[in-house]
Amino acid sequence: MSLKQEQIAYLKEIVDVPRIWTKEEIGEDYSHDELGGVSGYPDILIKVQSTEEVSSIMRYAYDQEIPVVVRGAGTGLVGAAVALDGGIMIETTLMNHILELDEENLTVTVEPGVLLMELAKFAEDHQFLYPPDPGEKSATIGGNVSTNAGGMRAVKYGVTRDYVRGMTVVLPNGEVEEFGGKIVKNSSGYSLKDLMIGSEGTLGIITKLILKLVPLPEHSVSLLIPYGKMEDAIGAVPEIIRLKSSPTAIEFMEREVILFAEDFLGKKFPDRKSPAYLLLTFDGNSRMQVEAEYDKTARLCLENGALDVFLVDTPERKDAVWSARGAFLEAIKASTTEMDECDVVVPRNKIAEFIRYTHELAEKYHIRIPSFGHAGDGNLHIYICRDNLEEGAWREKLESVMEDMYVKAAEIGGAVSGEHGIGYAKRVYLREQLGEEQIGIMQGIKRVFDPKGLLNPGKVI
Amino acid sequence: MEILVCIKQVPGTTAVEVDEETGVLKRDGVEAKMNPFDLFAIEQALLLREKYGGKVDVITMGPGQAEAVLREAVWMGADRGILISDRSFAGSDVAATSYALSQGVRKAGTYDLILCGKQTTDGDTAQVGPEMAEFLGIEHIANVEMVLEAEGNELTVLENQENCQRQLKLFMPCLLTIEKDANTPRLPSYKRKMKTGGLEIERIGLSDFSDKDRRHYGLEGSPTQVERIFPPERNASCQKYEGEPEKLGNLFYQVLLEKKFVSENKV
Repeated sequence: MSLKQEQIAYLKEIVDVPRIWTKEEIGEDYSHDELGGVSGYPDILIKVQSTEEVSSIMRYAYDQEIPVVVRGAGTGLVGAAVALDGGIMIETTLMNHILELDEENLTVTVEPGVLLMELAKFAEDHQFLYPPDPGEKSATIGGNVSTNAGGMRAVKYGVTRDYVRGMTVVLPNGEVEEFGGKIVKNSSGYSLKDLMIGSEGTLGIITKLILKLVPLPEHSVSLLIPYGKMEDAIGAVPEIIRLKSSPTAIEFMEREVILFAEDFLGKKFPDRKSPAYLLLTFDGNSRMQVEAEYDKTARLCLENGALDVFLVDTPERKDAVWSARGAFLEAIKASTTEMDECDVVVPRNKIAEFIRYTHELAEKYHIRIPSFGHAGDGNLHIYICRDNLEEGAWREKLESVMEDMYVKAAEIGGAVSGEHGIGYAKRVYLREQLGEEQIGIMQGIKRVFDPKGLLNPGKVI
Repeated sequence: MEILVCIKQVPGTTAVEVDEETGVLKRDGVEAKMNPFDLFAIEQALLLREKYGGKVDVITMGPGQAEAVLREAVWMGADRGILISDRSFAGSDVAATSYALSQGVRKAGTYDLILCGKQTTDGDTAQVGPEMAEFLGIEHIANVEMVLEAEGNELTVLENQENCQRQLKLFMPCLLTIEKDANTPRLPSYKRKMKTGGLEIERIGLSDFSDKDRRHYGLEGSPTQVERIFPPERNASCQKYEGEPEKLGNLFYQVLLEKKFVSENKV
């Protein structure tokens, strides 16, 4: 739909004009997220500054039946924050204030536009840790909550959902509600807060978040463990978990991807002699404790086919290894002309089977499918690379490969998305996997929150 | 090729406090680590051993706990660790440290090549390597990017000058200090840690030196008189500019010019 002149004029009355852009003034960036192929411009882009402002906009949009899409930093990978139906885009990056650190309740209260890296640094500066650690540090915390982002420390600390205590939400009709709070326990009715988490902007607009912090562990050591074969590396993961030594992260990576990262960053990785690696991190409050933790894991890995175990124990070494790990997505992107990602999550003991399957698909369809991922929690990042394929052949192959992968994931008990969400791009696969009954319940929930279907239409369900 | 790498244990963080009254570093509770610059020297030594054979020894001067960095170097691949330690070395300045090291090196063995990191993260002088070479009476080159070739007793190296690189030849025995980021240091291996668990670190003290005169070491042997030690002031001031992108761009360029981050004829 297209906004009428008087509608635009009204919105310009309730928000300062310098924070409003319309039609041609709207930059190309706002027509898509980090996923290629899904694009659309809003009619009006508004950078909001307060809950009250969001409420006024929503009240008007509800009355006038204008679709509204909320956007943070635009780092999503499933087209969730793209205004496919035009209308209003509410952008949250100016709501980027850290409002309160409550050291007695171990919470931090933030606006949704605070970036993950800003929150992480703020917490560390105060000797706290905000454990969720998705690779994309320039994402907003509002976006992280809206997708229930996971990240690398999920093995030990869990995902974003586990760190959201409460939130302020503007409902589609403009009403402002508080869900949850600073409380630790809550058995009081349905958890609306938890419905909001991972709802990708379809139920309400988060304008404030109360997040849980933990004391900052004083020591951490990573282990980089080379293997002769990918199967050996991933095969070791269930054994490591069985040891109960609780690493914060268990990542796996293949040499091919490491070499892309070297090219992309223009610096060498400390070891690249082996085809496959695991990268583990241990943290704790004393060096002794951390050493005791990693010691038994290192021994186990060596007994089970690891070629060596390298210690990543100083800031310089951590930087050399983790900066490469952090650049994998961008590095693979730079290695090809276009790509699409499959972010499935499978039971941890099925990872090797699934990766092997992607290798088979790569051969079957003659297409490059590099991957890396969170071996510790079963969340894989698998990239289908276009390289030199013609548009038609690319679309065809991409569809077949994706279809095969999601079918396989469902067969072995996995889910469509581990941390990126469903957005626009993965809706078909979600519907296939969950079936009419479950999708029907989700649609019912959507109707209760948003009877006019104005918030982020065409997404998730 | 017989190679000796000189390494040092430094505070694990740059945020070290200095006792304003005594001028002594507050080391209590501060974790120690290997001087990051030394990692590049160790890596260069191991690369040379891979190419030309021989062995790589590592040596450090410091208190007993400095053994930790020697062990770490062994886990990276070094063959032998030697600790120069003696109470009479306490308080040594750059000259006294270099002299004590040169005495220790003579005792440790005969080497074709001695490698040092370019500088340390605590002292930052970048002088100990070259001074030690002077005391040993051998040739030396600082800021070496890479050892290109060894032929007979001649080495060809690439030296990093500020605006260019120079290829130089020198005769062994000699000493080189290795530039930061000259290579990618390998990681310590847990497998080697297990294998070398009972590794004995050899100790050298004043009594092992050929010059046993206590007055040549420590505070007494240091020509430098330190008036005051203090951490450098941190300048966290921040200037904010607002305005049109084009004007800001020009303004930013002017600021960079003023601060000499760019020059007008070299954009």
